[in-house]
Amino acid sequence: MSDLALAAPTGLARPARARAGETAEQLAAWVLAGPAFALIWILLLGPTVAVFVLSFTDWTFGMPEIAWAGLENYREMAGDAVFWKTLRNTLTYVAFVVPLSVFLGLGAAILIEAGESLRGFYRAAFFLPVVSTLLAMALVFQFAFHPTVGAINLTLAFVGIPTTDWLKNPDTALFALGVIGIWQAIGLSMVLFIAGLKAIPKDLYEAAAVDGADGAFERFRRVTWPMLGPAMLFVVTITAIRAFQVFDTVQVLTDGGPNKATNVLLFQMYQEGFSFLRSAYAAALTVVFLGFVLLVTVIQVRLQERNTHYG
Amino acid sequence: MRTRSIAATGLGFQLFRHAALGLGAFLMLAPFVIMISVSLKPSGEIFSPEFTLLPKQWHAWQNYADAFTKQPLARYILNGFIVTGSIFACQLLTALPCAYALAKLRWRGRETMFMLVLLGLLIPPQVTAIPLYILLWQLGLLNTYAAIILPSTISVFGIFLMRQFFLTVPDDLINAARLDGLGEFAIVWRIMMPTAMPAVIAFGVLSLVWNWNEFFWPLIVVQSEHLATPPLGVVFFANAEAGTNYGPLMAAATAITAPLVIAFLAAQRWFIDGVTMTAVK
Repeated sequence: MSDLALAAPTGLARPARARAGETAEQLAAWVLAGPAFALIWILLLGPTVAVFVLSFTDWTFGMPEIAWAGLENYREMAGDAVFWKTLRNTLTYVAFVVPLSVFLGLGAAILIEAGESLRGFYRAAFFLPVVSTLLAMALVFQFAFHPTVGAINLTLAFVGIPTTDWLKNPDTALFALGVIGIWQAIGLSMVLFIAGLKAIPKDLYEAAAVDGADGAFERFRRVTWPMLGPAMLFVVTITAIRAFQVFDTVQVLTDGGPNKATNVLLFQMYQEGFSFLRSAYAAALTVVFLGFVLLVTVIQVRLQERNTHYG
Repeated sequence: MRTRSIAATGLGFQLFRHAALGLGAFLMLAPFVIMISVSLKPSGEIFSPEFTLLPKQWHAWQNYADAFTKQPLARYILNGFIVTGSIFACQLLTALPCAYALAKLRWRGRETMFMLVLLGLLIPPQVTAIPLYILLWQLGLLNTYAAIILPSTISVFGIFLMRQFFLTVPDDLINAARLDGLGEFAIVWRIMMPTAMPAVIAFGVLSLVWNWNEFFWPLIVVQSEHLATPPLGVVFFANAEAGTNYGPLMAAATAITAPLVIAFLAAQRWFIDGVTMTAVK
């Protein structure tokens, strides 16, 4: 995304004598882009700046007075054990969901593209969770996780694996939510990897075959894997950003519990901001959330630049 | 020398492929199967420890009738259409002209505008929630359709996607239209939009899916039952039934998931192209 910005020409030098047509074009452009320009400021960038500013105040929602509080909100956050637990939960969730959804999606993409039969069916089956309403499906998972009559425990008991009340056990609740997250994310990474696989020139495989890379594994190691680099970077980034945004399943299934075991950043922000009406503190939590999302993007851009240098 | 590309053709490999993908597809589809299966059963069968795919005693009519009468489920679904439809109409109205100006017109401020779009792409929607909530409160708009719709009237993603597509439209087409006497506004809607139909549809599909399923924002700004969007409606339902009456609950879940799933199965290519189109650029 950012390389496009850099590629755009900057500072068009123009003759002082602007023709009438050019002035008209200038005007038309502003009329056409004006509404979007205004809305981006009012609904996106303005509020983002406002969140920053608000996080340095003491405001609670509905209060007539507001005063600067400096770093007080951030200090409170740093001294709050719940915040650290929330942060740890969020990072654990991301670290659990991202690798599994990326690699299962990659595996599905490679296997689907490796043959002709049932290709359309498999692709549809893996993608269906992406378009379905997560909230409705979360309730289905709640039933599937039911300790005695849920499909998951019935299956595990049948195979002989120990079972528990997955969503109510503080040791497993976060991972149970992670399973739902993975279930929904696999299809997205699969589709993106399929696009990446299709972009690999076929003659590379022939060249590799000439060089003696005959087995499927050799072809994968020498051609597919290196050529998938850009797609991999994009998929990891988008999956990570979406994982940081986990909220729906927490809100409906665990309410952040048991014992804060599934309290994640956005849920904490929601509670502080909209249940306890502590707008300023919630704004500070939002800043932390945004920081992590931007960090993911910065890492992506850095790696992308490095790859293009050597690529 | 073998010229067959990726396709490995050994029988053993094909067996492995179908075994692995079959298991994966089974796990992906299992929640949908459970959902529909439970929505057909009486509660005695739902809570029996042996799982059967089809009910021994059909209870589908009662469950779905309950789902639509105990809560205004039809209203939730109608709200879903109202909200997603209005949002996409607004997004199209603001994004298309802007994308055209970015791709095809030369004006001072173009680079700045494009930077703003890229900046906007970096911001997850939840970040603006608190200030927008305060803004809507000041305007007295909380708990209205407008509160759900307004924050989504602009889609920087849509602007970006359409700009990328417009860049590939030849300038000659636009110049010919100008010679025919078309104004810039007419060019956007009568020349560019029809040319960019694949991108418009991809944008529409993604906007629809996102806004139909969106839960965070409606949860914050809507309290009234009659304004609830489908996901929020299901939560009202689950809360009212205390999460134990699974038959009607799964019937409700099926009903609100159905429109998107049916749309997806009918127009799969557009959904998958839409997602892919966002990635290759």
